[in-house]
Amino acid sequence: MHPAFSVIFFTVASGAGYGLLALLGIGNALGLVPADRVFGLCSLGLATALITAGLFSSTAHLGHPERAWRALSQWRTSWLSREGVAALAAYVPLAAFGIGWAIFGGVDGLVAIAGLLGAILAFATVYATAMIYRSLKPIHQWHNRFVVPGYLAMALASGAALLNAFVQIWGRPQLAVGVVCAVAIVVALFAKQRYWHFIDTTKSASTPESATGLGAIGKVRLFEAPHTEENYLLKEMGYKIARKHAAKLRAIALNAGFHIPLALTLIATALPGTLAIAASCVAAILLLAGLAVERWLFFAEAKHSVMLYYGAQTA
Amino acid sequence: MTGYAEPAAGAKKLGLVIDLDTCVGCHACAVNCKEWNSGGHSAPMTDLDPYGANADGVWFNRVHTFEAGESPESRTVHFPKSCLHCEKPACVEVCPTGASYKRAEDGIVLVNADTCIGCKLCSWACPYGAREFDADEGVMKKCTLCIDRIYNENLAAEERVPACVSTCPASARHFGDLGDPQSEVSKLVEARGGYALMPEMGYAPVNRYLPPRAAKKTVGCTGAEAELAKPAETAGLHPLLRWMDKVLSR
Repeated sequence: MHPAFSVIFFTVASGAGYGLLALLGIGNALGLVPADRVFGLCSLGLATALITAGLFSSTAHLGHPERAWRALSQWRTSWLSREGVAALAAYVPLAAFGIGWAIFGGVDGLVAIAGLLGAILAFATVYATAMIYRSLKPIHQWHNRFVVPGYLAMALASGAALLNAFVQIWGRPQLAVGVVCAVAIVVALFAKQRYWHFIDTTKSASTPESATGLGAIGKVRLFEAPHTEENYLLKEMGYKIARKHAAKLRAIALNAGFHIPLALTLIATALPGTLAIAASCVAAILLLAGLAVERWLFFAEAKHSVMLYYGAQTA
Repeated sequence: MTGYAEPAAGAKKLGLVIDLDTCVGCHACAVNCKEWNSGGHSAPMTDLDPYGANADGVWFNRVHTFEAGESPESRTVHFPKSCLHCEKPACVEVCPTGASYKRAEDGIVLVNADTCIGCKLCSWACPYGAREFDADEGVMKKCTLCIDRIYNENLAAEERVPACVSTCPASARHFGDLGDPQSEVSKLVEARGGYALMPEMGYAPVNRYLPPRAAKKTVGCTGAEAELAKPAETAGLHPLLRWMDKVLSR
């Protein structure tokens, strides 16, 4: 599948934003994050900026961005529509949480409840995003049970890395935040490795024989394609440039997105002041960069069953 | 609304039956589809750089050619493919705007170009590659089963079939109601063992494909073998010896 930059940026940036929002909501309710206004303004401001930039980016790949509002109507059947509804709904508690915290300086009572509601809707939005991919039967590499846990864990891990950097910068390091961050990275790493193992060892039940129904005669191979130049189908579903570099890219994603941020997060818990700030900031930046590579692979390694009509032997 | 009622038993299910035994791979169906639909329901069928090195454009119908099996039993099969108007069209379910819909009255799957946002998710959800994005118009396009022909009272009755069906010189394409077991197309499917593509996906396509008939072993009614006779064992011998062999074999 063609990796559209706008969708990669959207899922990584808004995933991190929702992860940060969820952890701020929960962390505030548990009293684990600094209660001062400027901290609320900066941390929730970054979460809002990431979420909003991601959502705008996601409309960039539309043929008619000005009609994007129509996507809110079909939430009964469409995960894309549900994602849109959840994403917009999340702004309501996010705004209440942010205004209550940063402007009125309150972090308990209704403000804390708004934070928790924001956490729930952030979770729902990332879940809906993952389900868009999970529900597509023609793409074996997406239609499996490892996709949703991966998306949720990676959103949480990236949000946690940002939160950890924030509390370090504020000079209010919390062992709990560092531990949550490390655990989230380990869970995300486990989910991703299970995912890669799955796509490496299994393939779609569909074959050129089932696609054409000619299996009774024997093995089916493409003799002549219907057209000489690339069409929309080949450009959108036939993307395979990255596959030959998949091993290297996976190593980059693993190290930048998981191994090094995990090590830096753990080290930061034992380091004093400035060094801890540097380690946690580098961890967050590397993690986001690694997730961008991971997300690129998520698209580039996905094979669509339509390619069985264009000479692919497996999907 | 993107929800759709699954067709009840006996409901009308308009679709195509494509005979892979008689299709000669001439692409006339694809060309006539392009011609008719360039002015039809989902017009235009945009072409980008049509005379340049990277010609690209929207087509609703494409003819692939496959080889199946190993020689001498192998077959070359021309394989036209267009929207199968599935009974469980995930392309309709995933549409966030309701622009993609399945008509309750005849089962035709269509796109409303006025409300499509061009998110392309429907094309990802289609296992068959039946939908093609029009980059110029920013909306998704697909086979309409020539909805502007089949109900068109300005056309002669025999022309009220999809453009691909009307133009096929080999009569390899048939149009009708596959929901009615007594229709001509249903009988054809029954008689010839018509099948659906990728049934394992669970989309329940309406269109059916008729498999190539078994290769003939004899020539017409003569009883002669279709294969060339093997050269005689004496082929390399001196003519005198061949004559003697013939005489002695009498």
